[in-house]
Amino acid sequence: MSVDAGSKAVSIRGVSKTFRTGTTALVDIDLEVEPGEFVSLIGPSGCGKSTVLRIVGDLVQPSAGSVLVNGKPAHRARLDHDYGIVFQDAVLYDWRTVAKNVSLPLEMLGWSRARRKARVEEMLELVELRGFESSRPWQLSGGMQQRVSIARALSFDPSLLLMDEPFGALDEMTRERLNLELLQIWEKAGSTVIFVTHSIPEAVFLSTRVVVMSSRPGRIADVIPVDLPRPRGVATREDTRFFELVTAVREALAAGRVEAPPRSLATGEVY
Amino acid sequence: MSTIVEPVPSGLTRELGGRLRDWVPALVVFVLAIALWQGLTTAFHVQTFLLPKPSDIARSFWENKSALWSAGVYTLKEAAGGFVLGSGLGILAALLLARFRVVGAALMPFAIAANAIPIIAFAPITNNWFGLLNPFSKMAIAAVLCFFPTMVNTLRGLTSVHPSSIELMRSYAAGETAVFRHVRIPNSLPFMFTGLKISAVLSMIGAIVGEYFGGPTNALGVSILNDTQLFDFPRAWAGIVLASAFGLAFYGLVVLAEHFTTSWHPSARSFSGE
Repeated sequence: MSVDAGSKAVSIRGVSKTFRTGTTALVDIDLEVEPGEFVSLIGPSGCGKSTVLRIVGDLVQPSAGSVLVNGKPAHRARLDHDYGIVFQDAVLYDWRTVAKNVSLPLEMLGWSRARRKARVEEMLELVELRGFESSRPWQLSGGMQQRVSIARALSFDPSLLLMDEPFGALDEMTRERLNLELLQIWEKAGSTVIFVTHSIPEAVFLSTRVVVMSSRPGRIADVIPVDLPRPRGVATREDTRFFELVTAVREALAAGRVEAPPRSLATGEVY
Repeated sequence: MSTIVEPVPSGLTRELGGRLRDWVPALVVFVLAIALWQGLTTAFHVQTFLLPKPSDIARSFWENKSALWSAGVYTLKEAAGGFVLGSGLGILAALLLARFRVVGAALMPFAIAANAIPIIAFAPITNNWFGLLNPFSKMAIAAVLCFFPTMVNTLRGLTSVHPSSIELMRSYAAGETAVFRHVRIPNSLPFMFTGLKISAVLSMIGAIVGEYFGGPTNALGVSILNDTQLFDFPRAWAGIVLASAFGLAFYGLVVLAEHFTTSWHPSARSFSGE
C-alpha cells in the first residue's frame, strides 16, 4: 500500500471483472477519489458502473486489481462500516417503521436505544421527514422513501456514500429537488460520494468530477472535472457553463459508444 | 399527499365494523341456501339417508349436543396437536433448507415428490404404528399433511428476498444470523401464514379421516362413521357440520394470528378500508 493511496478516499487500481457467465463487465478500471469529492459514474446501461460501485462496497469481488477505501482493502472497509449505500429502490423493510428503518444500521453497530433514538430524530430532521417516524415505508411517496434510504445510509456517519441510481425511478421534478437536497446534505456531512447515474444533467449538477464509462467491455472513457461554482442551486442549471459541461459529457458518451480509445478533453486528465 | 400522513387505523373495532358490512351479502346467501335446502327437501320428500332437512340436523345436534361437542373437542385436539407438530417441523425444515442451500438442493426434489403421495392413505398404517386408541396415531397423519404446505410456503418466503435487501445487510457487515432475523424471517411471515392456513384445514381433515379407520368412540370421525352405519343420518350430518365449524374456527384463529403478526404488510391496508 503506497502512502499516496492511503490518503485517498477510494483508490481503484487495475480493476477488471469477468462474471462466471464469461461476460467481461469491466476492464482495467483506474480511479482515485479524494476525500470530500462527489464523483459521478455515468454510462450506457451494461457499462458496469453499478459493478464498480459494488466492488468498492465489497459486495462484488473483482477478478483482477485492487480497491482501497480510506487506505484499507475494501473488505476491511466494509467490516469497519466505512460506507453507507443507497440503491435505486429504497430497499426499506415493510415490517419496520420509518424510524426503525433508519436505525437498522445503528442496531447492527450495537448503539444504545437512547443514542439510536436521538440520531434517528436528527437524521429525519436532515431529510425533512420529521413526523413520519411511525409511518410504514409503503405509506410514503417514492421520493420520501428515497430520503429515508439516504437518512439510513448517513445515520452512522460513514466517510463514504455509495449511491446506485438513487433517483432513477423518480419523476424529473422530484429528482431535481432531491438533487438539491442531496448537495446540501453532502456539504453538511462532508462525506465522499460515488454516485451512479444515467442522467447527464444530474451528473453535471452534482459532481466535482464526472467519470464517463463506455460499454462492452466497461471501461473509463473520460473523466470530466466540473468547475461550476458552489453552492449550486436552481440558477446553476441555467448557467452557460452548465450547458457546456452537459455537452462535453454527452460528447464523451457518444465517443465511448463507438468504442473510441479513452481520450481527454483539453480541461481534463485521464486517470 | 395528505392521505400519506394518515395513520393506519389499528383499532380492531373499526376493522370488524367494516368487515361486518362486507359480510352481509355472504350472510344473505347462507340464509337463502339453508332455506332452499329446507324447502326443497320438504317439498320433494327427499329421503333422510340421501339428504336430511336442516331442521332435522339441527334437532339431532341439540339432542346429542354434549356427546357431539366432546367428540369434536377430542378431534380438534388431535388436529391441533398434528398442526403444531407438522407445521413446527415444516418451519424448522424451511429454515434449515434456506440456511444450507446445498442441503436444500439435495432434498427439495424428494420433498416435492413426497408431496405428491396421497398421505391420507397412510392413516391405517399410523393407526397400526401408534395404536388405534392413541391420539398420536391421528396427530401423525395430520402432522404429515401440515408439514409440506408450511415448509414449501415458508421456504419460498425465506428465499424470495430482494437481492438489494441482502446487499444492504452485507454493507453493514451483518452475518447470516442477522440476515435471517432482520430480513428473511420477517419477509417469510406472509408466506408462512399462507401455509399455516392451508395446514389448519388439512389438520382437521387428517384427524377425521384417521378416525374413519378406527379410534376411540369419543372421536368425531368414529362418531360420524357409526351414525351412518346405524342409519342415523341427521346425527352424522350434525357431526359433519360440527367438524366444519371447528375447522373454520381453527382457520379463523390462524387468520387472527396472521393479522396481529403481519399488520405491517402492505396487504393489511385492505383492513383499514382504504
